[in-house]
Amino acid sequence: MLPEPVHLDLVVEDERVLEARPSIGFVHRGLEKLVETKDFIEFVYVAERICGICSFIHGQTYCQAIEELMKIEAPPRARYLRTIWGELSRIHSHLLWLGLMADAMGFESLFMHSWRLREKILNVIESTAGGRVIFGSCKIGGVRRDLSAEAMESVRACMDEIEPDLRRLTKVFLNDGSTQRRLRGVGVVTKQQAHDLGCVGPTLRGSGVAEDLRTTGYAAFDEILVTPITSQEGDSYGRCAVRCGELFQSVEIIRQALKKMPSGEIAVKVNGNPNGEVIVRTEQPRGEVVYCLKANGTRNLQRFRVRTPTFANLGAMLQALQGCDLADVPVLVLTIDPCISCTER
Amino acid sequence: MSHQLYIEIITAGDLISKVASKKANGCRLVQICATTLAAAWELTYSFDLDGLLTHLRLEVPFGDPRIPSVSGIYPCAFLYENEMNDLFGLKVEGMTVDFHGSFYNTSVKHAFGPKAPAAPALTRLAD
Repeated sequence: MLPEPVHLDLVVEDERVLEARPSIGFVHRGLEKLVETKDFIEFVYVAERICGICSFIHGQTYCQAIEELMKIEAPPRARYLRTIWGELSRIHSHLLWLGLMADAMGFESLFMHSWRLREKILNVIESTAGGRVIFGSCKIGGVRRDLSAEAMESVRACMDEIEPDLRRLTKVFLNDGSTQRRLRGVGVVTKQQAHDLGCVGPTLRGSGVAEDLRTTGYAAFDEILVTPITSQEGDSYGRCAVRCGELFQSVEIIRQALKKMPSGEIAVKVNGNPNGEVIVRTEQPRGEVVYCLKANGTRNLQRFRVRTPTFANLGAMLQALQGCDLADVPVLVLTIDPCISCTER
Repeated sequence: MSHQLYIEIITAGDLISKVASKKANGCRLVQICATTLAAAWELTYSFDLDGLLTHLRLEVPFGDPRIPSVSGIYPCAFLYENEMNDLFGLKVEGMTVDFHGSFYNTSVKHAFGPKAPAAPALTRLAD
């Protein structure tokens, strides 16, 4: 299992976990404090580096927050490009998670197939944005790079090529006997518990709560309809099923965005400094991310606070670990799709 | 899209009753944010109900850095409260899970608090 830098102290009796206490803080970088020295324009680069997997959506959310403060309207083409890169990011993240989950279950070949498909997405991201992991393509007022007609066609072709592969892959995750035995009935979080624990994203939707911030209409989602994918099981299988469903949903969103892509400029000029307070939320692959920004009219923000989805889902992980079998701990830790670098910032 | 901020200013004494009221109304706790001001911490508790975000805001003076924990109402709040305790130096009383200052391992204690040093200046490689 590829480890996240989280330490869990487990109190066990025979093979049963009685209590779990997490220790984090090993990769706390104090990124929020860097607003004191980095001006708001260059802070996009810091926001993108909060996490390597949700990198683009971190940058996008930050840019949206500053644009909200400064009353800047990103051009329509930029919003569609952000949507495409955001959904490519989501496919990449879910394939990465599927591979890690397969690895945690000891299903090495499934892990390798998941990451082989992930490589195709990373190749597309690299060819369109310039980087495999840190895109560097979002900026305040729009985006830095455009997609030519050939690039858009290559993205479309990749979606057509990858979709049957995704069907074969998800069929194994959802129907194979060994994955079912490892996932079904493991880590049940009821709908009420998920709500009370403040869960977000696939962890919340896997318990039957149909909440997805893409329905609020940011980026191009005011013109592309998104229906939250949910599962009623509330167990690790349900959360896996939600992520599998979201793979195909993202493929479809990308197709729609490519089809409806408006022409025009990709960025507008940014003048002046931000002033005021704003709270912006977007839907990362792991769930809702909240950006709280406070500005005072200078080049440096007064406060920059990020509440990442893993931070919200840690409570559900600890709840699921109580009373579980020791052998299920890796699956339960992974079931919330933890990203500790996001959590600690 | 425009996001209007719905902020209710409260006191530390009202915190528990206001948060309990939010819970009774079916609100989800979204986040707790602490900001260091000139003479106090500004705490913002954000709640979501059917997509609408509302906030409770209070100030805690540096001279009396204690607030009650809301983790008895929202169990997940202990994560935010331990974070506030470790990074800002706030004393949150009655947390259901208290890490006693060991939630974050930082070399600078209370790195976001009023007495913390400023963030490091940029370093450049020699030309």
